[in-house]
Amino acid sequence: MDLKKNIGAYLFLMPAFILLLVFFFIPFFQTIYLSFFDYSKDIYSPHFVMFNNYIELIKSPLFIKTILNTFYFLILCVPFLVIFPLFLAILINQNIRCKNIYKIIIYLPVIISIVVVAIAFKWLYAPNGLLNFFVEKAGLASIGWLSDPKVAMISVALVTIFKGVGYYMMIYLSALMSVPKELYEAAEVDGAVGFKKHMLVTIPHIMPMIALVSTISSISALKVFVEIYVMTRGGPLDSTKTIVYYIYEKAFENLDLGLASAGAVILLFVVMGFSILNIFVFEKDKYKI
Amino acid sequence: MKIKNIFTHLILILICIISLIPFLWLLSTALKGRSENIFAYPPIFIPQDFTLDNFKEVLKLVPIIKYVINSFIVAASTVILNVILSALAAYPLARMEFKGKKTAFFAILATIMVPFQTIMLPIYIITLKLHLVDSYSTFAGFLGMIMPFAVNAFGIFLLRQAFLTIPKEIEESAVIDGCNSFQIFFKLLLPMIKPSVALLAIFTFIGSWGEFLWPSIVLTNEKLYTLPVGINNLSSAFSSDYRLVAAGSIISIVPIVIFFLALQKYFISGTTEGAVKG
Repeated sequence: MDLKKNIGAYLFLMPAFILLLVFFFIPFFQTIYLSFFDYSKDIYSPHFVMFNNYIELIKSPLFIKTILNTFYFLILCVPFLVIFPLFLAILINQNIRCKNIYKIIIYLPVIISIVVVAIAFKWLYAPNGLLNFFVEKAGLASIGWLSDPKVAMISVALVTIFKGVGYYMMIYLSALMSVPKELYEAAEVDGAVGFKKHMLVTIPHIMPMIALVSTISSISALKVFVEIYVMTRGGPLDSTKTIVYYIYEKAFENLDLGLASAGAVILLFVVMGFSILNIFVFEKDKYKI
Repeated sequence: MKIKNIFTHLILILICIISLIPFLWLLSTALKGRSENIFAYPPIFIPQDFTLDNFKEVLKLVPIIKYVINSFIVAASTVILNVILSALAAYPLARMEFKGKKTAFFAILATIMVPFQTIMLPIYIITLKLHLVDSYSTFAGFLGMIMPFAVNAFGIFLLRQAFLTIPKEIEESAVIDGCNSFQIFFKLLLPMIKPSVALLAIFTFIGSWGEFLWPSIVLTNEKLYTLPVGINNLSSAFSSDYRLVAAGSIISIVPIVIFFLALQKYFISGTTEGAVKG
């Protein structure tokens, strides 16, 4: 009976596990394996070089730049994506009319492919495009949104923010529904209104969700690729080249599989670091409440 | 109190306008005729030389309808596989006791921490080795686009959570009635977790429909291009004529916007669990 029960469970799990094995576990270990080989001289006869690819990457100014770029991008969008959608969610969660229409429109950019969003923004960012018209009208010099190395990353981050706000707003909205109404009433009795009420009741109550949003948005910032691929191709002057873009270029354009894999392993460590950090934040909160 | 409400509405209306402007500006550009300067200063929102020619032309130059069909095939197959495989895997994790349950659970959990981008190179090598690329056949090409995304941990956890909410007594009474595990699964439990399945299906569909990186890596044959790949290609091929790029982009978002509006109640009420799906 026991064996029969076990086999039943395994049969249910098998299809998913075969796929995870082929398209996750094998590639995962292969990434690590490949990172120890040098493919740059001859792609058909790689040779084992131990940690040389990692050393080469750390010594490469371009790779260091892509890491710095990626973190710059993260700092540009994550704080905004954590705070602003919460503000919107609190606004929408009030007793107001047209709630659902607002939700639908603000969510719209989330469902539209990032390729199309990036194309739309490329058009807005054109040298004599719509955005520069407003900039000039405000009496400023027109901005090289995608051509100025100092500005390009900010322009890319704006696209990511544009596409992400609705998504995180919905996460916060679902969390806000779980805040007991009595807590607000109690806070009001104590004389807290408006902003103060939210600082005292809402924020502490949905702290786990804020932690989650921070983690999700950080990890997706570390993985940024399509916006850059469509709008800037890493330029100008490598100012928007991120880790994933670097890996992509090394792997699929230069066919330097070893270096690309070493870059991937480094990214993996960074992402896992953020995930583990999140677990700690969550656990900490569990003890607090 | 009233004034505060007006203030709230003003902010929200402003955000809605910002959310729509990039697409409306694209639409306005797509509707402008040859004689009209799309770089006019100041910009003109309502096309003066209103025309649908750009749409007709882009449909003639680029097989967008074909891209739509390809995207649909990929997204629908990904959804079906995800629902079936996730449900099958979620059931024993929620309901059965077996050797290695914890290991299986953590193995699935571990996949969440590893982004696709870090392992895409070996996935590509494996896909080539399995001959799942379009140079072998159209069918192989589609399989290559679909299979790496046929199952994911979020789907399994979402449905496991749903199975956990079903009272054990229901299952026990079915066992007494002589049903075996498979009958219980397909006839009894699966219909009971319909809302979660719908959520998984919708989010998988949206994700698959918008996916760009993987198809752009595996595809070589233009006949199999999905919408994001095709539209990106269009935007570099016709970068000199933004009217056509705009028209193509607008056509490409119509199906997904209709899909979204038709199912909007799932989006705006049920994102609770589905939202966590990255």
